[in-house]
Amino acid sequence: MKRHLLEAADLDRADATLMLDTAAQIESALAGREVKKLPTLRGRTVVNLFYEDSTRTRISFELAAKRLSADVINFSAKGSSVSKGESLKDTALTLEAMGSDAIVVRHPASGAPHRLAHWVRGSVVNAGDGTHEHPTQALLDAYTIRQRLGRLDGVRVVLTGDVLHSRVARSNVWLLHTLGAEVTVVAPPTLLPVGVGSWPVSVSYDLDAVLPNADVIMMLRVQAERMNASFFPSAREYSRRYGLDARRMALLPDDAIVMHPGPMNRGMEIAAEVADSVRSTIVEQVGNGVSVRMAVLYLLLGGAPE
Amino acid sequence: MTTYLIKGARPYGEDTVDIVLRDSIIASIGEDLSVPGAEVVDATGLVALPGLVDLHTHLREPGREDAETVQTGSRAAALGGFTAVHAMANTDPVADTAGVVEQVWRLGQEAGLVDVVPVGAVTVGLAGTQLAELGAMADSAARVRVFSDDGHCVADPALMRRALEYVKALDGVVAQHAEEPRLTAGAQMHEGDRSARLGLTGWPAAAEEAIIARDVLLAGHVGARLHVCHVSTAGSVDILRWAKFRGVQVTAEVTPHHLLLTDECAEGYDPVFKVNPPLRTDADVQALRAGLADGTIDAVATDHAPHAMEDKECEWAMARPGMIGLEQALSVVVDTMVETGLLDWRGLADRMSVRPAAIGRLEGLGLHAQGRPLAPGEPANLVLVDPAFRGTVDPAALASRSRNSPYAGRELPGRVVHTFLRGAPTVLDGKATR
Amino acid sequence: MAVPSPTSEAAPGVLMTADDVARVVDRVAHQLIERAAAASPGAADGALRDLVLIGIPTRGAPLARRLAARIEAFTGTAVDVGTVDITLYRDDLRLRGVRALEDTWLPAAGLDGRLVVLVDDVLFSGRSVRAALDALRDLGRPRAVQLAVLVDRGHRELPIRADYVGKNVPTSRTQQVKVRLSEVDGVDEVVVSEGVAA
Repeated sequence: MKRHLLEAADLDRADATLMLDTAAQIESALAGREVKKLPTLRGRTVVNLFYEDSTRTRISFELAAKRLSADVINFSAKGSSVSKGESLKDTALTLEAMGSDAIVVRHPASGAPHRLAHWVRGSVVNAGDGTHEHPTQALLDAYTIRQRLGRLDGVRVVLTGDVLHSRVARSNVWLLHTLGAEVTVVAPPTLLPVGVGSWPVSVSYDLDAVLPNADVIMMLRVQAERMNASFFPSAREYSRRYGLDARRMALLPDDAIVMHPGPMNRGMEIAAEVADSVRSTIVEQVGNGVSVRMAVLYLLLGGAPE
Repeated sequence: MTTYLIKGARPYGEDTVDIVLRDSIIASIGEDLSVPGAEVVDATGLVALPGLVDLHTHLREPGREDAETVQTGSRAAALGGFTAVHAMANTDPVADTAGVVEQVWRLGQEAGLVDVVPVGAVTVGLAGTQLAELGAMADSAARVRVFSDDGHCVADPALMRRALEYVKALDGVVAQHAEEPRLTAGAQMHEGDRSARLGLTGWPAAAEEAIIARDVLLAGHVGARLHVCHVSTAGSVDILRWAKFRGVQVTAEVTPHHLLLTDECAEGYDPVFKVNPPLRTDADVQALRAGLADGTIDAVATDHAPHAMEDKECEWAMARPGMIGLEQALSVVVDTMVETGLLDWRGLADRMSVRPAAIGRLEGLGLHAQGRPLAPGEPANLVLVDPAFRGTVDPAALASRSRNSPYAGRELPGRVVHTFLRGAPTVLDGKATR
Repeated sequence: MAVPSPTSEAAPGVLMTADDVARVVDRVAHQLIERAAAASPGAADGALRDLVLIGIPTRGAPLARRLAARIEAFTGTAVDVGTVDITLYRDDLRLRGVRALEDTWLPAAGLDGRLVVLVDDVLFSGRSVRAALDALRDLGRPRAVQLAVLVDRGHRELPIRADYVGKNVPTSRTQQVKVRLSEVDGVDEVVVSEGVAA
């Protein structure tokens, strides 16, 4: 196991599978227990270093670390020395000097966790960097798929939305491919990166055409502001061509599931009746996030120091 | 003034001779010369070349003396074998008046290690809206002939046309930083497979090529001289080749880093590899080398861009673009062009001295001329290079005040042993003389 | 190598055969029945229903199931069985590195108020048992906790002792005692070998 979790792209199948299996074991170990806490990381310190607001991801990591008995420090860039111009490097070295064993970092700049990993001795977990990756989201998505469908190998996953700007999309593309799923990305061409042809995915511009052959449809958040930069003409046109409504959901096979990493834009990329349907795994995804992040922290931090 | 007798050098890598430098000029070249009273410089096995001329250097003074000064940049240049550098205009204040360009020129004179030739801004404050006083800068003591908003593109086509036309009266040239800004908003690296995976906003090749295509058409239309800075794509080479074939007065430069490095360097997100225009693909590198070899690209120019540590020890997106290169330029060109057989030493001298001097109109200045051949009677600007040397680059050992070298830890061939500016040594045995 | 001392060290080789293992499991099963009955006189069946055998993975789990099967064979009463994975409770993670987790499952009736007997293959330093006790504390509140092991090889590092011991084996610290069970290893035997110094 590597010391850091920086991107799903560099996880091999064995490591990724171990993370999912460990998450499953932790979930069953804690199922139905009154004391939802394990002493595993007692005496270790995990810092949540968040340069972007993301309450749900931060809370999920915080809960994961606390359930493993680690000490948790939440360091929000707002209202701290960071907003007074302290550099990422100085902040990282300060946190390490205070004894942090792991830094969970959310940052608007792609690659910021890679830089951190270069500067600190402890573990670095990428909790979302710019438009690059969000590997624990992909792990919890893969975990949820495996839980619902019983497998990942050969599962047909359709990713729809703002692939160009989505770190969730990038992480899922690489992780799901590594785990044997067949991924199709669907988006208006403006929201696909130049170079998507080098990804291990199929590309389509037609959502209706791919839905009948999907086991999983994963909706990505689309920000309405993108239309100001002419990525698409209007929210209405986007929703009509790429949104998931009840009519489109009916095109899916009976046992297919609907996923969304949240936060959702109801009425934009996903209709309310779809988000709340029994096919939707959106609430499970949140719960699974804690188990997966516990597994990641255990596997990165539990091990022998290098 | 001391007379120097250089023993055993090989001009342009050819036959071994001795060279006598006296009263700022090359007094004689011949076999087994002896000059009583002359200081003898051992140059056994070294290749002699005319002093190198850089069309594109950022010396950062005035404004960012923490990153580089005219003094430290001049020393780096001399150690790299240069005898003249063009100092780019994007200082603070911007070199857009006669006063600023004269200040830079004087600082260069005081440093006394290379001829510091100021570049004047095309537009006031590099803002791209109003022409700077190009004539005043041309007529100043700094004698500006190259005008550039480098760092920014002169994006407005009407303004670019006027600039091209206007400098005709000054025997000047507009050096364009070719980047259509509306195609590169937020751009971080070459747009392609790697940017897609790394999640860094792409800088499309078309943003450079579109401006070059536009500008060669404009230059041809108004009969003006155009110079294209740091060409980085295969498509740009194609457009330049076409324009030259059509008789457009266009010249172009390529940087050492674009001849050697690719966007693969962005893996790991170390901003030392962030540069504008960005590092491109291997196919682009090959096309740039071919273009430099066949003369479509006229010159190698360093785009030496020093940055303070805090502007590089940070997140990729927050880092300033640019890399230093004065001290490794010759080695990189030896590595990519000479050792590959694409250029011989004469070809290297042409691309790194003769042609850049001609583009900057430095070849006809008498005793202060640059880019002249190694011949008796010419100004004694020359560099002596050890072609057999191979060494690993250590940024801490560089003379530049900044450390943002993309070649750290890389083994490169060739070493500048001695440099002479108008008969006086600026570098002896690999050490700057001042 | 030091000269082996017959009083402090077992000779390398097979210490217990499959027959030995089966005999020892039967004996411990009988001891469990007797002790349960003694603890609650007059309620033989009830006492056994109060009993929960909790195996410590990997090999404590099949041992617990075997003990339960023998108790049922001798008395006709089914005994609750479970497993508790102690990996997340270990105090030597930093030293030994992460390992894959194993199952934790408890009987539906839980542990509260019951007699829990932890079952493991080898008792050595006592650290695994300590971790198991910590895990039990988070899983419920047993009336009492006891310990049954197939082999006690000595060298305790904590004040822990077994209530039921299949076989006491004097060993040196560097020797390895390996219990193999057919459910996991395809064969039943206990082997002593000369290990490398820890």
